[in-house]
Amino acid sequence: MITRYLRLYWALWKNSVVRELGFKTNFLLWIVVEMLWFGLQLSFAGVIYMHTDKIGDWTKWHVVLLMGASHFIQQTFQAFFFTNCTQLSELIRTGKMDFFLLLPLNTRFLVSLRQVDLGGFVSALSGGAVMIYALKQLNYIPSMPQIAGFLMLSAMGIVLHYSLLFLLASSSFWTVRAQGIVWGYYSMFNIARLPDAAFRGFFLFFFRFAVPMLIVVNVPVKLLSNRLNSWMEIFWLFVLTTVWFLISEIFWRISLRRYTSASS
Amino acid sequence: MGHNFGVHKYWHVINIGIQNTLVYRVNFFFKSLFGFIPLLATISLWRAVFAEKTPGDTINGYTLAGMISYYLLVMVVDALSAVAEDDFQIAGDIRDGKISQFLLKPIDYLTYRLCLFFSGRLIYTSVAAIPVLAVIFWFREYFHMPEHGSTLVWFCVSMVMTALLQFFISYTMALLAFWVLEVSTFIFMLFALEYIAGGHLFPLTILSKPLYDLLHWTPFPYQMFFPVSVFLEKITGPDLWKGLIIQFLWVIFFYLLARWVWKRGIKKYTAVGG
Repeated sequence: MITRYLRLYWALWKNSVVRELGFKTNFLLWIVVEMLWFGLQLSFAGVIYMHTDKIGDWTKWHVVLLMGASHFIQQTFQAFFFTNCTQLSELIRTGKMDFFLLLPLNTRFLVSLRQVDLGGFVSALSGGAVMIYALKQLNYIPSMPQIAGFLMLSAMGIVLHYSLLFLLASSSFWTVRAQGIVWGYYSMFNIARLPDAAFRGFFLFFFRFAVPMLIVVNVPVKLLSNRLNSWMEIFWLFVLTTVWFLISEIFWRISLRRYTSASS
Repeated sequence: MGHNFGVHKYWHVINIGIQNTLVYRVNFFFKSLFGFIPLLATISLWRAVFAEKTPGDTINGYTLAGMISYYLLVMVVDALSAVAEDDFQIAGDIRDGKISQFLLKPIDYLTYRLCLFFSGRLIYTSVAAIPVLAVIFWFREYFHMPEHGSTLVWFCVSMVMTALLQFFISYTMALLAFWVLEVSTFIFMLFALEYIAGGHLFPLTILSKPLYDLLHWTPFPYQMFFPVSVFLEKITGPDLWKGLIIQFLWVIFFYLLARWVWKRGIKKYTAVGG
C-alpha cells in the first residue's frame, strides 16, 4: 500500500521535472522573484534595527535567523502544497475533480501532492543560507539534536500551514469564489516571519492559538537557538497541528460528500 | 452622434466594468480583510520598537502616532489606486488574441482599460471602505487629520495622479506580453521594486536623507509615499509644488511610453497575424 503511493509520488515528481524543464527561463525568473521578495523582507528588518537594538528579547540577528527560517519553511511548503491547494477551486469549477474521484486512490493525496514546485526548493536553500549566516553572526553553533529538532518542528509547521490552507481551499466546494480566500492566506506568511515578542493582547492570543501563525516558525527557531521559554511551546505546536489537520480532514470529507451527492 | 457618441461609449464601458466587478464584491471584501493582517502586524512591530524609547521620541521625524498614521494611509492610498488584476488581464488579452477585436472597433484599448480600472477601483473602494474606516476608527487617537483644508485638496490632486501613474506603469508592463509569453514574473519584480522604493514597506525618509533625495526623482515615491506625505503634511510649501510637478511629469511620461509601446507591439502583433 505505502510502496504503491511512494511509487506514484515518484512518478508525479518526474512529471513535475519534465514540466519545469519546458519553461527553463520562467523557472529561473521565478527564483529571482522569490529572492527579491526575500531580500525585501530582510531589508525591512535592517531598517527596523537601524532604530532599535531589541524587540522584546529579539536582537537583529535573531530576527534575521527567524526570517531565514520562515523563508525556508514557507518555500518548502510552497514546493509541496501551495500550487496544488490554490488549484483546487479550478479543479472543481471545471469539473476535473470528477476524474480524480474516479481513480482508485486517496483523492486528498492526489489533489494535495500532484504537482511539485521545484523552484521552491531552490528558494528554501537561500533561506537556509541566510540562517547559517545569522547563526555565524550570533556566534552560536547548534547541536545535532537541536538541528534535528528544528527540522522536525519545521515539518510540523509545514503540515500546519498545509492543513489551514487546505481547509480554506475546500471551501471551494461550497462557493465558486474561494480563490480570493485562498490567496488571502498568502498574507498570513507575513505574520509567521515576525518575532512573537512584537505582539500582545488579542492579536497575540489569536495568532498563537486560534490561527497559530506565530508558532509555525517561532518555535522551531527558538529551539534551534536555545531560547525556548518552556517545552510547552513545542507541545502546543504539536497539539495545534494535529487539531487543524483533523479539522481539515473532517471538513474535506463533508465537502466531498456534498459534491458527489450534488452531481447525481 | 459624433463626439457625443465618443464619450458615451466609454460610459458604457464603465457601466459594464462596474457590473462585472460587483460580482466579485465578496472576493474584494475578503481581500481587504486579509490585507489588514500584515498592516496590523507592521503597526504592532513599530509599537514594540517605540516601546523601547521614551514617550515622545521620534524616528527621523516620525512619532508613534505619525508612524501608525503613515501605514493607515498606505492602506487608503492602496485601496484607491492599486492595480488589481488589470495587468494580468491585459497580458491575457494579448496572449489569447482578444485584442484583435479592438483593432477593428472604434474603441481605444488604453481608454477602455482605464475605464475598467476606474470602475474596479470604485467598487473596491466602496466595499473596502467599511473595514478601512473601522481600522482607522480603532486607531483614532493616533490618526493624524490634516490641519489645513487645502491639504485635502492637494491630497486629492496627487491621489488622482497616483492612480494614473499606477495604471500607466502597469499597462506598459503588461504590454510586454507582445514579446514574451509569461509576463507575471516581470510584474512581480516591478511590484517588489515599487513596494520598497515607493514607500509601502516603510516611510522612505527613515532611510538616509541622501538616498531619499535621489529616490524622489524616480517615479516610485509618487506611487505611494508622496500622496501619503501630503496628507500627513510632511511635504508642504515649495516641496509640495516641486513634488506635484515631478509627479505630473512622470504621469505624462508613462502615458506617452504606454502609447509608444502599444504602437510597437501592435506592429509586431499584426505582422505575426498576417
